[in-house]
Amino acid sequence: MKHDKNDDRLVSPEQSLEVYRAMQRGLSRRDALKMLGAAGVLMAGAGSLPGVGRAFAADAAGQGTPKRGGRIRVAAHSSSAAETLDPAKGATAIDYVRAFTFYNGLTQFDEQLHPQPCLAETFETTDNGGHWVFTLRQGVTFHNGKSLTPEDVVYSIMRHKEPVVGSKVLSMVEQIESVRRVDQQRVEFNLVSPNIELPALLAVSHLVIVPDGTTDFSQGIGTGPFTCQEFAPGVRSVAVRNENYWREGRPYLDAIETVGISDESARVNALLSGDVQMINNLSGRNADRIGQMEGSQIKATNSGNYTDLIMRVDQQPGSRPEFVEAMKYLFDREQIKRVALRGYGEIANDQPIAPSSPYYFDGLPQREYDPERAASLLKKAGVAGARTSLVVSPAANYSEEMGQLLQQSASQAGLNLNLNRVPADGYWSNHWMKHPLGFGNINPRPTANILLSQFFASGAPWNESGWSNAQFDQLLVASRSEPDPSKRQQMYADMQTLIHDHSGIGIPVFLSDLEGFDSRIGGMDRTVPLGSFMGYMFAEHVWWNA
Amino acid sequence: MRNAMPKLVLGRLSSSLVTLFLVSLVIFTITSLLPGDTAQQILGQFATPEQVAALRAELGLDQPPLVRYWQWLSGFATGDLGMSASNATSVAQLMNDRLPNSLLLAAITTAISVPIALTMGLVAAMRRGGKVDRALNVVTLSMVAVPEFLVATLAVLIFAVHLGWLPALSYVSTVDSLGDFVRIYAMPVLTLCCVLIAQMARMTRAALIDQLDSAYIEMARLKGVPPVRRVLRHALPNAVGPIANAVALSLSYLLGGVIIVETIFNYPGIASLMVDAVSNRDLALVQACAMLFCGAYLILVMVADLCAILSNPRLRNR
Repeated sequence: MKHDKNDDRLVSPEQSLEVYRAMQRGLSRRDALKMLGAAGVLMAGAGSLPGVGRAFAADAAGQGTPKRGGRIRVAAHSSSAAETLDPAKGATAIDYVRAFTFYNGLTQFDEQLHPQPCLAETFETTDNGGHWVFTLRQGVTFHNGKSLTPEDVVYSIMRHKEPVVGSKVLSMVEQIESVRRVDQQRVEFNLVSPNIELPALLAVSHLVIVPDGTTDFSQGIGTGPFTCQEFAPGVRSVAVRNENYWREGRPYLDAIETVGISDESARVNALLSGDVQMINNLSGRNADRIGQMEGSQIKATNSGNYTDLIMRVDQQPGSRPEFVEAMKYLFDREQIKRVALRGYGEIANDQPIAPSSPYYFDGLPQREYDPERAASLLKKAGVAGARTSLVVSPAANYSEEMGQLLQQSASQAGLNLNLNRVPADGYWSNHWMKHPLGFGNINPRPTANILLSQFFASGAPWNESGWSNAQFDQLLVASRSEPDPSKRQQMYADMQTLIHDHSGIGIPVFLSDLEGFDSRIGGMDRTVPLGSFMGYMFAEHVWWNA
Repeated sequence: MRNAMPKLVLGRLSSSLVTLFLVSLVIFTITSLLPGDTAQQILGQFATPEQVAALRAELGLDQPPLVRYWQWLSGFATGDLGMSASNATSVAQLMNDRLPNSLLLAAITTAISVPIALTMGLVAAMRRGGKVDRALNVVTLSMVAVPEFLVATLAVLIFAVHLGWLPALSYVSTVDSLGDFVRIYAMPVLTLCCVLIAQMARMTRAALIDQLDSAYIEMARLKGVPPVRRVLRHALPNAVGPIANAVALSLSYLLGGVIIVETIFNYPGIASLMVDAVSNRDLALVQACAMLFCGAYLILVMVADLCAILSNPRLRNR
């Protein structure tokens, strides 16, 4: 497996497509005679009449060609004094956005979620994922002028393994045994067990590269497209263009101000009044409202975020397989999508891999709403007419609405569900996975393997339902070192089928990430299905048409 | 007995210290009783037990509560507010960033609302039962009745979204000119004034009417003292006590109680800092904010009492 330096390939198809679209728009608007005239002048010699040439070029450029300059303000949904520029501690969208604004990873995701070179120019493995060698890009400097060296990479990755750092991705980096400098340009990763997808793992916002030895992150010193001019946690950050950015021509914007506005209607009003130009985490109701207003647009991304029903298979009643299956048949998925999500979602099939993932298995038959079948399964499980409680909380998005709808369909099948509402505060440490029946919410993971390893492998700390399946575990480990893509595809298909059929997790729908933005922001048609804000990486991809 | 004043101030201050101590104890206990601790809040949904244990040890959360309280108290007594656990910055620094914003908002609101409220109260009291009084009554009652989040949201919808005159958010750090300043503060101050003016105006009116009904005002009237002089010279000094207390109570709300306004306008003040601190279980920060709010309240009430005493010769010489 070998990746070459393909920076140009990374940007150029989208750019050329944009130019092409703009040309089409520009030309169609033009009066034919005038166009012919202008073309004639251009043919006669653009150099002699630069004014005309420029005017034509500017008009043809229109909306679609990147433009340099401009300042935008972005509002994320959470604001707290606990915000941080330490990439390891990043907890919410605003932290991830800042990580990709000020820092770069060794790799970065493209629109298909394939890892592409970033600070590493090439990467390769010689033994199907056990050892990896990353060759660093030359001439990259940090914002403080220091050059990028292999030591920076070693430090940036290995610090996650220190428990006191409080890294959010400790469980992901545990598979990295060591990182070693090979020479001035290369680093070697030694893994505990082979992983063919290591480059994808290194593209997450937590594993971006910081200068060797950094302990104070308040300055945001990285190699990223913007430098940090101001950072006040819970107030705002101001990012200004990094004039020495290694990627030619990027970023387009002069400055990005990032703020957190936790109140949703305040966030929407700020967008509609023009105080901010991009917001995330909208409810369907507000998305409709923004979509109707002139000058603002809505973007819905299915990045595989889901709220799931957790049925502990090590406790009653989840320990009866018929009960678990019955509950999955009780989801009226169409209704949940329509009522709870106002249509902003995608029907899911009780397995966690979203259709946007390269490993999605579309051959799995969709489980439909079937209360009669559920009733007979409940009878078989011996729990018909029983009363049991279901824990819901605002912490798990939409779980209250889903719980209510489930309660209604369950009562038709002869099962009484008591909704037990608990507050969002402290939900994850005190309630999540601790009740026989409850809800969880899982954010998108960078790769299918990480998702399955963290939430479905037997004995994984966040195996929500306590499910264990030897065949699944075997497939999961084997898929990490399988070099043949089609065989790997088949393994993932089998794993999805196993989860769909047997695990104690019910996933009715995938939740779309809804964001609103000012129509003058260009480049928003790029989508990285990993989260809002273009997979948090919008900073170097958008421009301002004003 | 003019030297009674310093004695009173000293007495008040020492009882304030006891109050602050008791408040800190209560806050500590309540915060400790909340589910989850700082380490769990920092690490979030996907924490591993080893990380939680390591972070607890790092933050000193593995020590018994009494030891932690003692550490905080001894630090506080020497002026050290401690470190914020949730983002490794000193509490003093965080407060330093936010407090000026809160004080500025409070000062502007006070400067506008107090004169308006007192005038409204005075006029209403003098014209008791008349058209002006009834009109003011309706206005103040409806201001009290409408919750501030509604006022704020409506103001944003009208002035920011539809008319586009004012920014929907308040950014304290982007003030370049007086015009900016006015535009930024217009809506938050308007919202706060709506609440405060109504309360203070009604209290002023009630306190004055109480005095205007008394025998000495009747006497003044019979002597032929003109109405304005009667109210300002005779009734008002006697009403200063209750009015000052009403004003103090209203103003104490301006530090900690403005959370709704801070949220809707995204104003970086001290109230939202405390709310964050509570949800992050950031004990040192919670305590510091609580001490600040409590201290400000005690001082305001003391100043109000002093105003009452100074304005009233009978109390002054007692």
